[in-house]
Amino acid sequence: MTTEIDKTLFDTVPDAEGRFGVYGGKFVAETLMSALAELESLYRKLSNDPEFQRELDEDLAHYVGRPSPLYFARRWSEQIGGARIYLKREDLNHTGAHKVNNTIGQALLAKHMGKRRVIAETGAGQHGVATATIAARLGLECQVFMGEEDVRRQALNVYRMKLLGAEVIPVTSGSKTLKDAMNEAMRDWVTNVDDTFYIIGTVAGPHPYPEIVRDFQCVIGREARAQSLEQTGRLPDALVACVGGGSNAIGLFHPFLKDDGVAMYGVEAGGHGVATGEHAAPLTAGTPGVLHGNRTYLMQDEDGQILHTHSVSAGLDYPGVGPEHSWLKDIGRVQYVVADDKEALDAFHTLTRVEGIMPALESSHALAYAGKLAAGMSPDQHIVVNLSGRGDKDIHTVAEIDGIQF
Amino acid sequence: MVSRIAGRFQELAAQGRKALIPYVVAGDPGVAVTVPLMHALVEAGADIIELGVPFSDPMSEGPTIQLAHERALANKVRLRDALDMVRAFREQDSTTPVLLMGYANPVERMGYAAFADAATAAGVDALLTVDIPPEEVAGVNAELHRVGMDNIFLIAPTTPDARIATITGQASGFIYYVALKGVTGAGHLDTADVAAHLARIRETTDLPLAVGFGIKDAASARAVAEVAEGVVVGSALVQRLAESAAAGASNEQTIAHAVELLSEIRRGIDGASF
Repeated sequence: MTTEIDKTLFDTVPDAEGRFGVYGGKFVAETLMSALAELESLYRKLSNDPEFQRELDEDLAHYVGRPSPLYFARRWSEQIGGARIYLKREDLNHTGAHKVNNTIGQALLAKHMGKRRVIAETGAGQHGVATATIAARLGLECQVFMGEEDVRRQALNVYRMKLLGAEVIPVTSGSKTLKDAMNEAMRDWVTNVDDTFYIIGTVAGPHPYPEIVRDFQCVIGREARAQSLEQTGRLPDALVACVGGGSNAIGLFHPFLKDDGVAMYGVEAGGHGVATGEHAAPLTAGTPGVLHGNRTYLMQDEDGQILHTHSVSAGLDYPGVGPEHSWLKDIGRVQYVVADDKEALDAFHTLTRVEGIMPALESSHALAYAGKLAAGMSPDQHIVVNLSGRGDKDIHTVAEIDGIQF
Repeated sequence: MVSRIAGRFQELAAQGRKALIPYVVAGDPGVAVTVPLMHALVEAGADIIELGVPFSDPMSEGPTIQLAHERALANKVRLRDALDMVRAFREQDSTTPVLLMGYANPVERMGYAAFADAATAAGVDALLTVDIPPEEVAGVNAELHRVGMDNIFLIAPTTPDARIATITGQASGFIYYVALKGVTGAGHLDTADVAAHLARIRETTDLPLAVGFGIKDAASARAVAEVAEGVVVGSALVQRLAESAAAGASNEQTIAHAVELLSEIRRGIDGASF
């Protein structure tokens, strides 16, 4: 299926302009262009600097707790009766999700640039918590922009950020969710560009962010590749990850892109169902456009206005997606599929009950699809699912849906 | 052929005057306001009209203009409607240049070629997209130039000298200097700083320079007019429209309130010495 793709292509993106095919680029106001250039040149220098890499690796080992385990979900796999399912346990990272892999890296960049303040956008709050955490450790001032709707849905994470010394700024414009938080973070950055580093949480935004975030998240796929070889003697037959902005997915997929036999599935949020229009699945049901600094697939109307999205998981509730995913879709290397709210909730309960692991609702979308995929495969095959975050933060959402009040 | 914008700056230079460029969002505060408002602004001394195209995610705008975009979208005004408004404006005014200012995505969605054709047919003179910097402009520029439209570029306080030359080398019509780091409607203007930046820009181009962001009243407009060829007034005007509409004023009264502010600013500019 993937053999016709020229593998040298994967080494060519992004190009010097930050493009992945026609996607990506730098669509921002002129005020930010020099900051992006400065970031890019520092990143080029530091990414080849053994001292920076050592600093990063030490933090990942002793602060984050890497490598994260690759866990064989034996009981769940046996229940399904198809392929063996392995879970890449990003939920066991410090702060409970994959987000910290990236925030540590970007915070080190901020430190090297001499910035005293970091800002971030957050949806579910995981990236905000990861940013507040690393800001506390490095003694940086931290402000996190979060849609008012998400502040309500993710009260626990809001309080966590406050405990860590960050200021959470509720965003009341537009749809009051992740995209609006990102607008507001960009507005802050353009105003305070001299002393502020914007820690973007996903593989979107203007170049060089999609590349930087990808590189920092690739630790997931590098570890999973080595762990799969060690535990099973071979590479996985398939990889499955949820896709909102797409950072956990690109982190898992990227180190396997040249491995022909490894199929990849990015699972978007189907919300109430793609047919209803109430979802967050731009790769499945959107069209290319420009938002938040890059050209990518978007949920937009015929006039180019960005549409409101819906997903039970705040972290997937975003109308765009990282530009590299748009490119991977077009060249056919990754299949993008959906799991709806109900399927994700079912998977949340199943994994909790069968394996004693409570997944984030974001990750539950990947689990839902992986369950279906495994059922059609044989027990001598195996799948790696990125369990990108833990579900504690979602207990209120699940309880509310189940009609339970605390 | 000299574009309407270039021609307007030449006339003003010959008269020893500076350009007043008001910004309003198409369809804000009401659909029926925009075209008569444009005429009234010209009456009050506007030399070029900058018409904002509503967008769901106006990332460079402060709260005042964000709300204007939200009101316009609630009034169901989109890029196509903004073009219709320019067409209607042109029925009575064939000389005042009209610049569309907005974000990339509505133009992308329409398609660069289709946009260029529709905009030029409607009588639009130029496009300014906040989020299409020179690195990304080739596609849209080719189409704008095909139909003879100007593409207006932004230069910011953070733009390095080498980059200024790259930008002015591709620009036509005029250069829009963003007077402060930040979103629209924010901060206060440092005129000496603006003058220093404009001097750097002038080393690379003979194009007229207009200054926007942070001009709120006659005094700040006058200060800018002493160093620039054009003065852009956005948030202050949009705020005036919003307050008037929110107080229940009729369209005529709302327009009159906006005209009152613009007239004061015009007097400020004309009082500048340079």
